[in-house]
This record gives sequence, structure tokens and C-alpha cells, in this order.
Amino acid sequence: MDVKEYIELVFTDYTLRTITLGTAVLGAICGMLGSFAVLRKQSLLGDAISHAALPGIAIAFIIIGTKNSSAFLLGALISGLIGTFWIRGITSKTHLKSDTALGLILSLFFGFGMLLLTYIQKLPNANQAGLESYLFGQAATLLESDVWLMVIVTGISLITLLLFWKELKLLLFDADYTKTLGFNTRFLDILITTFIVIAIVLGLQTVGVVLMSAMLLAPAAAARQWTNNLAVMVILAAVFGAFSGVFGTAISASHNNLSTGPVIVLVASVFVLFSFIFSPGRGLLFREIRFRKNRNDLQLHKTLSFMYNIVKTHQDITHPHAIKILNNFQGFTRKSLQKLENKDYVKIQGNMWSMTESGYHTASNLYNQLTKEEGNE
Amino acid sequence: MSNAQIEIQLIASMVAIACAIPGTFLVLRKMALITDAISHSILPGIVIGFFITHDLSSPLLIILAAASGVITVILVEFIQKTGLVKEDTAIGLVFPALFSIGIILIAQNANDVHLDVDAVLLGELAFAPFDRLIMGGTDLGPKSLWIIGTILLITLGLLFTFFKELKVSTFDAGLASALGLSPVVIHYGLMTVSSITTVGAFDAVGAILVIALMIAPAATAYLLTNDLKKMLSLSVFFGVSSAITGYWVAHAIDSSISGSMTTVLGLVFLAVYLFAPNKGLFSVLYRQKQQRIEVSLLTFLLHLSNHKEKEERHVKHLNEHINWQKVQSKSVLDLALKNNMIKIDDDIVSLTKKGKKFTTKAIDYIITNKNSEIENIKDRFFLFRG
Amino acid sequence: MNNKIAVQIDDLTVAYNYKPVLWDIDLSIPEGVLMAIVGPNGAGKSTLIKSILDIIKPIAGSIQIYGKPYKKQRSLVAYVPQKGSVDWDFPTTALDVVMMGTYGSLGWIKRPGQKEKKASLEALEKVGMLAFKNRQISQLSGGQQQRIFLARALVQNASIYFMDEPFQGVDATTEKAIINILKELRKAGKTVIVVHHDLQTVPEYFDWVTFLNVKKIATGPVKDIFNDDNLTKTYGINYKVSVQQ
Repeated sequence: MDVKEYIELVFTDYTLRTITLGTAVLGAICGMLGSFAVLRKQSLLGDAISHAALPGIAIAFIIIGTKNSSAFLLGALISGLIGTFWIRGITSKTHLKSDTALGLILSLFFGFGMLLLTYIQKLPNANQAGLESYLFGQAATLLESDVWLMVIVTGISLITLLLFWKELKLLLFDADYTKTLGFNTRFLDILITTFIVIAIVLGLQTVGVVLMSAMLLAPAAAARQWTNNLAVMVILAAVFGAFSGVFGTAISASHNNLSTGPVIVLVASVFVLFSFIFSPGRGLLFREIRFRKNRNDLQLHKTLSFMYNIVKTHQDITHPHAIKILNNFQGFTRKSLQKLENKDYVKIQGNMWSMTESGYHTASNLYNQLTKEEGNE
Repeated sequence: MSNAQIEIQLIASMVAIACAIPGTFLVLRKMALITDAISHSILPGIVIGFFITHDLSSPLLIILAAASGVITVILVEFIQKTGLVKEDTAIGLVFPALFSIGIILIAQNANDVHLDVDAVLLGELAFAPFDRLIMGGTDLGPKSLWIIGTILLITLGLLFTFFKELKVSTFDAGLASALGLSPVVIHYGLMTVSSITTVGAFDAVGAILVIALMIAPAATAYLLTNDLKKMLSLSVFFGVSSAITGYWVAHAIDSSISGSMTTVLGLVFLAVYLFAPNKGLFSVLYRQKQQRIEVSLLTFLLHLSNHKEKEERHVKHLNEHINWQKVQSKSVLDLALKNNMIKIDDDIVSLTKKGKKFTTKAIDYIITNKNSEIENIKDRFFLFRG
Repeated sequence: MNNKIAVQIDDLTVAYNYKPVLWDIDLSIPEGVLMAIVGPNGAGKSTLIKSILDIIKPIAGSIQIYGKPYKKQRSLVAYVPQKGSVDWDFPTTALDVVMMGTYGSLGWIKRPGQKEKKASLEALEKVGMLAFKNRQISQLSGGQQQRIFLARALVQNASIYFMDEPFQGVDATTEKAIINILKELRKAGKTVIVVHHDLQTVPEYFDWVTFLNVKKIATGPVKDIFNDDNLTKTYGINYKVSVQQ
């Protein structure tokens, strides 16, 4: 199946269209809200919440006795929120640290959820529960109504973000200052936390409990590398998230035996990897290039100031000197001399070099800067 | 009790002990979440190991899987060092990616690999007694028992040999390196042991219960003691007893063994979290209430000693001006009277001799900032406690 | 300087986890002073500022800004937190941070417009950072970051300025620039309260000083009370500082 055929299929095939749309919307909302989680240093909260949601789903099924996504969502939401606030209770009232609290809630809630799931499997109506899909996600079970729900929730959270954009940005950057300006930080905190929990819960059916946290983190972590503007970061994260969803769905749909959740997560991880390496501002590759360039510049400057110190003692600054005397200086090479000549800082004639006016000027500036910096420290 | 039942409980207990020991150190080193990362990211190691060996209990597989755990740790630390993302984001990025690779590898080779993802997460403890180690025709017991037994022996051996080093490096990394104990070696040693334990345990109890068995007993014990040796024995105790209780609960309600063990661990933690004598929630709340009154009383006495003017010491002024929150000025007044620290003449409050002495001492101690001494003088002067 | 009281603190007691950090503080800060709060580490200097700004709830006591509680007087107060209290890798620009100073007067939901932008640019110019307005904040030096924080407070256009260690980790040029702006503020009749570490510079920079160590040791004009006696009382040891006027 080639790309064109696939795209046609997306528009004609109900299931594929639903899944593509669903994962795209899900990726977008996760990227958007994930940006906030990442900047609040609550990256792994998502992992804890998604695991903590499992018993809620199971209990919802036990209570109503049939498969019903909305009821499952509500159950997941309640138990996710209980988990979140218990984590806070543990860190604020005991001396256990947040990593322990997160790990505890994550594993204990999940274990309890599994207990309930195995209990449900023995109920007579168990086979219609479809609860296993919540472990690793099953995008194929998405219905049009699920996608609509995602679209509505995305819309609501988008409106909320836009409304409280200024306040949320302030809270993220400087919570104490936010308080002094008279904003209710507790309200803002609960607002953003609740939306993060909602996004996680929405994604469970598609991506699953285990991998949900990556949906939240990866697009945001990738987006952060490309911009220094919060709004751009949130939008980029939404775009990365949506593309992860679409590409992931495409890859898994065109192969046998590839479940959608893990593929989406891998696609998102590729976005992260690519951003880490190739982003122009922060990426590792350009950082390394800049580092090397700086080191070369520094060596060049050192050579130049060494020459400057020789030249300084003469009346005539363009007086030629033997290249030989530079050999004592560490870091001097033919190549660096050539570079200096290319920059028109020095002239070379046979075995002699002489400094130009512009070279002298640059060197004396450098020299002054250097001594000034030392004075400051 | 049948033989199989005894064997299951034996395996579960040994897993609990093997997890509790590294878990205690991880909790103390604020690295509990690395278990989350390791337990998920060993999956690709297990799958690749399985391709090679076709035997889940082969030592090579265990080494490969443990290596992928250690690689995870190195990868996480590398990303943290680049400074591109904040602390725990690195963990959250690495393990889902590796776990996804694992799942996809399994799905792609479903015909050759009889590995069930559910089993990786949840374990198949109930089947453990059926996979037996047979040598030269004699049945030596379940394979899992041998695997986890070996790991437990190694862990215990390392613990006893390096106890001092582990202790020093956990509580004071600076001192440890000054003493010539390389924190890096101990760190990666601990990570390796955790990885191996996770791999050894996953096939019996599953990845998630491994996290629970590492963190929950240690966290529960940490609420009860600050002493490392006591904490270690308490974690072992909580781990083993929850494992055995969990098994019987699962037996009674016919459900997943690892799910029920985790649930029991959760209930034990909940109980200790609420009722632990010093650090439990109720005790903390009670103490905070008491401290609130104590601090209010001290504030009140200090105010009296600071102000000689009569209007500042009028009962009415104290009500209005000091502006108590939550604690009513009356209860503070009564308490001070009951302890003979103040006397009231004509609605003007003044300090008694005892009150003066106490106040000066309290200020002295607070300014020199010694917590223990504050507790000490509180005991001497206060009649709260009996 | 006149006799009006800008900040009045009565019987203030504050505790962290019920361990007292400030004890029964009475303090009147007259309008128009440039005041340093000095004291050893853990003396409660930041806590004092944070309680005045209602970030920390006190156990007892009352605080009034021009005769009314803080909640009613927010618009009169600006705050410069410690530089280390925020994440400087946050994705935002210098101008954006300064604009945050206008959020308080805007209130909920309303967005900053041209007027706010203009005010922010002016504040940036005042601290000599206009050229860096679009610079990502992590790419600024410590001194530049501190200037951005100062500009953010300036844009609040308040009557009372609270600053938590504005000279920490800044270069000499920035320190001079900041103190000149603070002196200008005082000239304009504003009250400036600064948590300060460097005792040597107190007489040069400030005209008013409060010694704090859990209790208030002394408060008043620098020329009257900045002496070895009060320093010793505050810092515990036999403290001598060569006061250079």
C-alpha cells in the first residue's frame, strides 16, 4: 500500500478515519497540556495518574455492569484525582519525598486495579467489558462518539487556556509573585492539574495506562527545544502530538501485529530524539559545533594577542618578525596563521610576518576586554 | 497446604526480601522512580534475550535484561546532563520508548515468542511451581525459586560486605568520596543489583509488583524509623508478610496474586500512613495542633515580656491586636494561667517569675536555632503531656 | 521624608511548620526611606517580606500598608523575589517577564495591550536592558536577570518596593545601576525595603536599617543605629565592621 492509497483510505474507511482523527486530537491535547506538566516539573505525575486511573475504570464497570466509555472516563477521572491529591498529602504531611510518593501511588493503585480486573474477568458479563484495552490501549476500539468527546474536551481546555493564559504563564514562572499580584494560585493550580488529569484519562483507551505519560511528555519535551516562547511551545507540542498520532496510526495500520499505542509513543520519541540533536538553539549537534568554533576562535585570539605583545614593543607596528619566534607559543600552527592572514590581521612574506593596522586594532580591543573581564571577577 | 502453595509462598517471600533491600536504599536516595523506569525498560532486553536463548530462565537472558536496565539508567542520566529537559522528564521519556520497542518486538514475532505482555506486567506466580529445574533426573524444585534464591544470596552478600559503604554514601555522599568510597561505583552497583532483582522477579510477580515491592515496604518502614538497620528489617518484614497475606487473599477471592499482594501492600502503607506513632497523618495533625497552641503561647508570653506598657497588656488588647488566627486567645490565656506563667490583675496581664524565666530561655534557644533544645525546654515547662 | 507610616507591623509572629522564625515583631517603616533589612542566615529576613506580602500566613499579629491590610493595598506594593526562586530556563523573553508586572493591575483574564507594552519598554530602558528585550531569559547573565526583575517591579508603578537580596550574584556595574535606581525611587518619594547581605555597603546605599534576628533588634536611621553594638546583638559574635562613610 503506498502513501496515496493510504490517504484515500483514511478518507473512505470509517474505522481508520476515526482512529486517525482520534489519535490526532489526543496527541494535540496531550502536547498542549503536557507543556504545562513539563514546565511545572510534574513530568512523572502523568505516569502516576494514568496508573492510578485503572481502579476507577474497574469500579465503574462493577457498578454499572456494562461497557460505557463515559462512565469509565468518570471513574478514571475520580480515581486519578484521588491519586494526585494523595501524592500531595504524602509529600506535604510526611517526610517521604515526591519520587517515593509517585512510585507508591503508581504501583499500589495499579495493583489494586489489576486485582479488580481479574475479579471482573470472572463475572458472567466480563467479555463485553473490554477492559484489557486500557492496559496498552486499543485505538481500534475508538468510536466516533469517543472522538467527539475528545474534540469537545480539547475545545474546552483550549478556551480555558486562552482565557487564563496570562495567569497560567505567571503561575508557571513565578508562583509567589503571582500571589502578591492578587491572583488565586490555588484555583489556578487546581485548574491546570484537573485539565492534565482529564487529558491523561482521555488517552487511556487509545494509548493505555502504561504508555500514557509519554504522550504527555514527549511532544512537549520536543517542542521546548525549538522555541523560547511559551505560546509557540504549546502550539508546537500540539502539532508534534497530532503528527505522532497520525503517523503512528498510519504505521501501525499498514503493518500486521503493530498495536497503535506503542507505535505512537515511538514516533513521538523520534520527534524528541530529532529535536534533542538538531534543534538550532539548544540541540546537541549545534551546541557541539558552537563549542568547537568558540574553541578555534579562542585559539586564534590567543595567537593574535601573543603577536600583539611582540608588536607592542616596537614603534612601527607593521615591522616584520620571523615566524620562527611564534613556534614557542602553544597552539600556534601554520593553519591558524593562514586564518589570521585571511582575516587580514597579518601579512606574511616568506619567513616573516607583520601585523596590519586592523589586526593591531582588533588585538588591542581583545586585550582590553580580557583585562577588564578579569578585573570584574 | 499443598506443595505448590508452599513453593509459591516461598518464591513470593524471597522476591519480597530481594526487592526490599535495594528498595530501601533507593527510597533513601530519592531515586524510587528509577525502579519504574528499570522495570519497564528491561522488556526489550528480555525479548532479545529470549530470541537468543528461547528460555525465560536462562542466565544469559537475565544478564541481557539487567544490562538494558543499567543502560536505561545511563541514558536517563545522560539526558539529564544535557540540560535539555528537567530532572524527571528524562525518566518519563526513556522508559516508554524502550517499553514500546519491547512490545513491538513481541508483537512482530508473536509466532516465535511465547511471551505474553500481560505476563510481563503482572507475572504468573501461580504457574511458577510447574516450571521445574530437573538435573540428572532429580527434581530440584521450581526454577524461579533457584533464580530468585541466587539473586537474593548475591544481594545479601553484597549488603553485608558493603553495608558501611552503602550507609555512608547514602547519608553523606560528600563524606563518602572524602573517605575514598567512589559514589559512582556504589551508585551503579546499586543500579545493577536493582536491575538484576527486577529481572529475576518480573517473571514471578510482574513489572508493576516489582515497583510496589521495592518502594512500598521501604516507604512504610521509613514512616516508622530513621535507623537504617531497623528500616531494612522492617521493609523485609512488611514485604514478606504482605506477600504471604496477599497470596491467601488471592486464593480466597480467586484473583490475580500480584494484584492482591500489591493491594495488601497498599493497605499496610495506608494504615501506617494514617496511624504511625510519630510520622503518621493523625499524629502529625495532632502534633501540629499542639505546636500551634505552644507557639501561640510563646508568642503571647514574649509579647508580655516585650511590652511594659499597660495598654499593650490589657486582656482586650490581646484579643484584638494580636489578631490570632485559628487559635483563640482565650485558650492560650487559660493555658498560661494553668501553667502559672501569668497573672491577671484588673484585666492587666503580667508574667510570673516562672513565665519570665521560661520566656527568656525560649528566646535564647530559638535564636541559637537548636531544635532539640526547644523540645527539651518544652518538656520541662509544659504540662500538655500528662 | 515625612512622618507618614508606609508599613506598620504589630506583634508579628511567623512559624514554618510551627517552628517560629519571627517573634513578636513590631516595626514601623516611614514613608520615603531606603531601608536595608540585615541579619544572619535564617534570621527571617525573607520571611518578614513574604509575610508583609501575604505569601506566608502569620500565626499572630497584624500588618498594615498605609493603614489598611495588604489585600486592599496590593496596587501600592511591588515585589522583587530572590533571583534563585524561579526557573530561568522558562521559555520566555526579557520583555515578557517585565510585562508580568502589569498583570496585577489588569486583573483576571484581561490581556496586556499597547499601553502595558510601552510601560514595560520604558522600565527596560530605565534598567539599561532595552537592547535585550527579545532575549531569552536563560541567555542573560545573573546581573541582567536581576535587572529584568527590577524592571518588572518598576512597571508595577507602586509606592512601596520590596526586594529580596537584589545584589546577590550580580556584577559591580549592575549593583551600581540598581542602587542608583533605588535612590531615584526614594527621591520620588517611594519607600524601598531591601533584604541585604553586604554590611560594608549599608551606610553607602541606605538611609534606614532594620536589624533582624528572629526578633527585631533595632530599627532606625543608619547614621544613628548602624553601630558595632547592634551588629553584635544581631550576629551574636563580637562583630566589628569598619564603617566607611
